[in-house]
Amino acid sequence: MTKQPNINELKRIAKEIRIEIVKMLNCAGSGHTGGSLSMVELLVGLYFYKFRCEPDKPLCNTRDIFVLSKGHGCPALYAVLAQMNFFNKEELCTLRKIGTRLQGHPQRGLPGVETSSGSLGQGLSIANGFALGARLNKDPKRIYCLMGDGELDEGQIWEAALTSAHYKLDSVCGIIDYNKFQIDGKIQDVKGLEPLKAKWQAFGWEVFEIDGHNLKEVADAYDKAEKVKGKPSMILGHTVKGKGVSFFENKNKYHGVAPNKEELERALKELELQ
Amino acid sequence: MIQTYGSKPTRDGFGEGLVELGTKREDIVVLSADLTESTRAVWFKEKFPQRFFSMGVSEQDMMGTAAGLALSGKVVFACTFGAFAAGRAWDQVRVSLAYMKTNVKIVGTHGGISVGEDGPTHQANEEIALMRILPNMTVIVPCDALEAKKATIASASHEGPVYLRLGRSGVPLITKEEDIFEIGRANLLKGGKDVTIIACGMEVYEALCAAEALKKENISARVINLHTIKPIDRDIIIKAAEETGAIVTAEEHTIMGGMGSAVSEVLAQTFPVPMEFIGVQDRFGESGDPKELFKLFGLMPDDIVKAVKKAVSRKNAKN
Repeated sequence: MTKQPNINELKRIAKEIRIEIVKMLNCAGSGHTGGSLSMVELLVGLYFYKFRCEPDKPLCNTRDIFVLSKGHGCPALYAVLAQMNFFNKEELCTLRKIGTRLQGHPQRGLPGVETSSGSLGQGLSIANGFALGARLNKDPKRIYCLMGDGELDEGQIWEAALTSAHYKLDSVCGIIDYNKFQIDGKIQDVKGLEPLKAKWQAFGWEVFEIDGHNLKEVADAYDKAEKVKGKPSMILGHTVKGKGVSFFENKNKYHGVAPNKEELERALKELELQ
Repeated sequence: MIQTYGSKPTRDGFGEGLVELGTKREDIVVLSADLTESTRAVWFKEKFPQRFFSMGVSEQDMMGTAAGLALSGKVVFACTFGAFAAGRAWDQVRVSLAYMKTNVKIVGTHGGISVGEDGPTHQANEEIALMRILPNMTVIVPCDALEAKKATIASASHEGPVYLRLGRSGVPLITKEEDIFEIGRANLLKGGKDVTIIACGMEVYEALCAAEALKKENISARVINLHTIKPIDRDIIIKAAEETGAIVTAEEHTIMGGMGSAVSEVLAQTFPVPMEFIGVQDRFGESGDPKELFKLFGLMPDDIVKAVKKAVSRKNAKN
């Protein structure tokens, strides 16, 4: 029996995660605001609905694996992991500060963080390795890998896409945070990706194209992906960069800029009302 | 005379070691980037097809996949040519392997100009440098096939990323079964008091030949096989400098950043003595017969002898 997602509860959590993200980024004084906010529902729908893990036993054998390939989105991951009690929420304000476990880009070793990342394009290959390892170990793990859209410029992603399909890695579920921006500007201006769904299909993937902020669609996509057999699946989530705070949305200036004090206050006001 | 037991490429020793490992250990997994025959990974593939994965011509993807497998509890050997392992996939090696300390053994065959006819793109003359500058990385350059076999087996029991540098061409077998191979501990091959030649890989045999020739000129040369470039055996190097007062390093690699540089980093901070460097100068390789290339690039015993005399005369001038 498939459990049903509690959409209202997921929405409430997503709001809390956004609040933690903007607070954490303001506290750090630097970091990636836009791409952290755009991936919130994709993460919340996974961690608070589908994902198997035990926060007090982060390396337990029965856990699923999450690989954050777009490492710069780590504030969102840190907020989710803290919300799930992998570590104390108070640690979030150490983000990017000296001696912290919350490095500017994720570092393996922080409970819940399986892989270090930051140099783009490397996550999907690692996810494939986890999937091959699970296959050899006869372990029914599912492996999730969240990628950015700009990151898809990296050739290694497409090398890995071939590998997942070649080895029929149906335990691999890719997720794309398709927020339509990369550092230099709009994806379509910097280096177009379309037709993106068709590309992944042509590479042998089952693709679920969804509104990446609609938690019902997100949860359904994870359910459907789990049922795909004989090939990897990809959740192509259309998102909005900076989602949830009006003056961050689609403002690429906030790709790698943290909110200042005044922006934080305005952001929190907006988020509280949601 | 230097006692040798025939000749064999170090990649063959690796292939044999891998099969032995596969027989003894279930956790050994091998990846190959479309060079399965050339790297000798094929011998493992034939025996253990379930634990072998062909990655196609995708070195970057191979390193990442290796990391994921290693994080699943496997000991992974990722095989390709040294030029591609370190060149094409360096960032993946840096982040997915070295930074994460994943238990992956990178196997780079076709190191150095002894690749021969395939020419400069395929001759890895830079990877010892590229690999040793990475934190957490161990770098091993075996001198013959037997040592390569032992190094392969030792690597599997060593926790963390290792770069194993191997060659294409045959190299005289100079080590024996009973010789101890320990990662990080260099082997003293010949005693001597006037100078020390520190060599790795194919240059170890050339260094022994040079030491023989020097004997006739009454120069007593110590010879050390520095098979592990990192972690480096500081003690044996410092002792050699203290006791012989002059050092010549010999490697089939650019003299910039390689084994010789690693030795000089140790000595500059402890016991500086006159040093000379045998290796590839600031240039790319080229096509040709390996032996002729060794002559052209100055990697022959004669070249080592000349370097030794220079180092010794600098030492004497100082005294």
